[in-house]
Amino acid sequence: MAKAVRHQDKHGKADAEKQRCHDGMEQQQELLIQGASCAGCVKKIEAALQSVPGVTHAEMNFAQRTVSVEGAVDASILIKAIEQAGYGAQTQSADSDDDALEEKEKADRAYYKRLMLEMTIALGLGVPLMIYGLLIGEMTVTTTTERIAWLLVGLLTLGVMLFSGKHFYVGAWQSCKNHSANMDTLIALGTGTAWLYSMVVVFFPQVVPDMARHVYFEATAMIIGLIDLGLALELKARGRTSEAIKRLIGLQPKTARVIRDGNDMDIPIEQVRLHDLVRVRPGEKVPVDGEVIEGHTAIDESMLTGEPMPVEKAEQDEVVAGTINKTGSIVFKATRVGKDTALAQIIGMVKRAQNSKPPIGRLADVIAAYFVPVIMMIAIVSALAWLNFGPEPAVAFAVVSATTVLIIACPCALGLATPMSVMVGVGKAAEAGVLIRNGEALQTSSKITAMILDKTGTITLGAPKVTDIVTVDGVDEAGVLQQVASLESGSEHPLALAVVESAKERGIKPLAVTGFNAIAGHGVEAVVEGKNLLFGNEKLMKDQGVALDDFVDKAQQLAAEAKTPMYFAVDGRLAALIAVADPIKEDSIAAIKRLQHNGIRVVMLTGDNRATAKAVAEKAGIKEFFAEVLPEDKSKKVQELQMQGEVVGMTGDGINDAPALAMANVGFAIGTGTDVAIESADITLMRGSLHGLADAIAVSKATLRNIKQNLFGAFIYNIAGVPVAAGLLYPFFGLLLSPVIAGAAMAFSSLTVVTNANRLRLFKTREH
Amino acid sequence: MILVNVLGVLLIALIVWWFWLYQPQATDLGASELTIVVENGTYQPARIQVPANQSVVLSFLRKDSSPCSETVLFPALKLSETLPLNKVKNITLPAMQEGEYDFHCQMQMYRGRLLVV
Repeated sequence: MAKAVRHQDKHGKADAEKQRCHDGMEQQQELLIQGASCAGCVKKIEAALQSVPGVTHAEMNFAQRTVSVEGAVDASILIKAIEQAGYGAQTQSADSDDDALEEKEKADRAYYKRLMLEMTIALGLGVPLMIYGLLIGEMTVTTTTERIAWLLVGLLTLGVMLFSGKHFYVGAWQSCKNHSANMDTLIALGTGTAWLYSMVVVFFPQVVPDMARHVYFEATAMIIGLIDLGLALELKARGRTSEAIKRLIGLQPKTARVIRDGNDMDIPIEQVRLHDLVRVRPGEKVPVDGEVIEGHTAIDESMLTGEPMPVEKAEQDEVVAGTINKTGSIVFKATRVGKDTALAQIIGMVKRAQNSKPPIGRLADVIAAYFVPVIMMIAIVSALAWLNFGPEPAVAFAVVSATTVLIIACPCALGLATPMSVMVGVGKAAEAGVLIRNGEALQTSSKITAMILDKTGTITLGAPKVTDIVTVDGVDEAGVLQQVASLESGSEHPLALAVVESAKERGIKPLAVTGFNAIAGHGVEAVVEGKNLLFGNEKLMKDQGVALDDFVDKAQQLAAEAKTPMYFAVDGRLAALIAVADPIKEDSIAAIKRLQHNGIRVVMLTGDNRATAKAVAEKAGIKEFFAEVLPEDKSKKVQELQMQGEVVGMTGDGINDAPALAMANVGFAIGTGTDVAIESADITLMRGSLHGLADAIAVSKATLRNIKQNLFGAFIYNIAGVPVAAGLLYPFFGLLLSPVIAGAAMAFSSLTVVTNANRLRLFKTREH
Repeated sequence: MILVNVLGVLLIALIVWWFWLYQPQATDLGASELTIVVENGTYQPARIQVPANQSVVLSFLRKDSSPCSETVLFPALKLSETLPLNKVKNITLPAMQEGEYDFHCQMQMYRGRLLVV
């Protein structure tokens, strides 16, 4: 029970968070103000906005001339209120995601160029110096000529430090002033120590023992160069991690063709207003969300849902921004624009999820917070140990060990280990039509041991369909369907709708009907083309004296397969047996097999009677099922499995499954990009296929594995690197790390982590 | 040698005091005109005092091109935002209870703290 309560707590908080995010998205608006010149204006504008009904809070930022308004009120009303107060206002020309991305890429390119130049200058000095040290001469200071030569090199190194490494020193100083320490602190201390020691050797060689008159200018230049190179390469690799977001943003068209005052006009997407009429021609992208009011077409929604088949759209159907119009021309009314479109919300959600951390990532957070000062202390202790107990030249050993400890210990790889993998993992899932809400859901999915599947709409299509038409010898199947569809065209019964739909799918047109009569609880009768037609259950046929012969057995057999059989008679003689059922989705069986193959206990949940549930479960390959479960009892079934020690995933198609979805360790909603589905579940499967579940779990496991590899890699650099750098292996193996090697290791630790995270991009969900 | 050792120990004590024990003054968020500049590996100011139980807006101005400064995270609030370069970004925080809340970049190299009083 305690466990269940914990789950409830967890989800209670999560729900509050979801609600907050949702509210925030709908109610927060930012406006630019013109004409405000004093603090008095601020009060006046705030008061004007607060008097608008629906506004809950208005706050002006005088420095930026912006006002932030909370409340579900249209921007035009707010602007009017501000204008009435004597000021000007306009909506923030909120940068589109596209522009923001372009700007970011431009900034990244400039930064990359700068880092590469800095790296070239630093290594341009460091590499020849290192080669000189290794091949030609010892880097010691004994003669006056050497002092002069090394002084010049020292000044050149100072130039490199100022040009290529200035950002480290300024950052270290700023950070230190703020009583915090970061990567820059370690680099500045390490390279600064090496350079200062070398300059002491150059200026005052007499204060340093003969053996320790060694300069480390090459280490300073190399470390700065290598770290700049590492940062540049990391920047490149980082760019690739956000491919998924780029692709999603790329789905948004830049312009829309709206019909205003009877004329078609192309306008930027940001200017499309609610209720605008938008025309989309074949081959064009749907610019905003809306409802079709004219025309008929097929729309490719695969980029959002992963579903390859185009979806037919006619009047009153919804269209979603970013999807591609394939065949016909349509006019639709804009129902959601800008940041409210389903695509914009999905992009926002993926971005949020990419930046959230799974519980495993918090370990690195705790360590990172204390790491730098601890490393500084280890460097001092190491230097003191060498000075007190080390062999000669103790001073040189002390400097080398302290410098190396500082350089190798940088914890930035540790900080990157989790976010990089989460970014790729969540993006990978989004490409497969699986929207993961946060890092916690991503991690928990990898641990799921039992998966509860709601039957209707999850395993099955959720809409009854004609599954069998068994005709009496010599009777034509299409003819039967045409007659029955004609007979049922006036009925609104779900089973009747299934027959009419089936005829429509086959392109069969209904015939004229006369004398229609619905016999409550039994069926219908009417006259079509002069023939008396009768369609209904066994009782209706018996009452009307229609002989059923061996069709009764056939009907029973169909019933056992969870189908509803209905008889059809023409002029008092049985013509056919039509069975209607909610069919199992085409790929449900394969997807369930995938889950079971991965060791997950699959359980079906349904409100249907036991016989139907048994038949569907058997057909779907599920051994366990809960039948006749009331909607309010669904969450209890989740709890039951949790009490058995299972980590439970619950999959449902939305609102009526909400309590069970919240109770489960991970709730999966089958959605088609609607707000409710996106906002209410931990994970949303954009297409109806249950393969999304197996995909989500596969991505989740791969991401967790990737995070662990990254954390291991980052820890190894630090945990193994620091003691070696401090000289712990020296007494046993005479091994002491060079500061240059430490610089290279530090620079490439982050690169390793980002590259490993990028490896996840190659992960193929279907192979797992 | 004794002097060097004493200096070393004093240096360690200074590190402990400077980075962990010393509590620098917090800057009051005041009349929402405070802009937090993201530059040179730091948030300036990095300690910000905000009132409890009311929603506040923090304005960030990122001047640092380094990619790790691009995202600011408020882990306790489950909030993360992308900061554009050289543009002010307003981040609305929900009402918070009294206490201290960290914010930092993805790598945790840029660190700041909200003091909610």
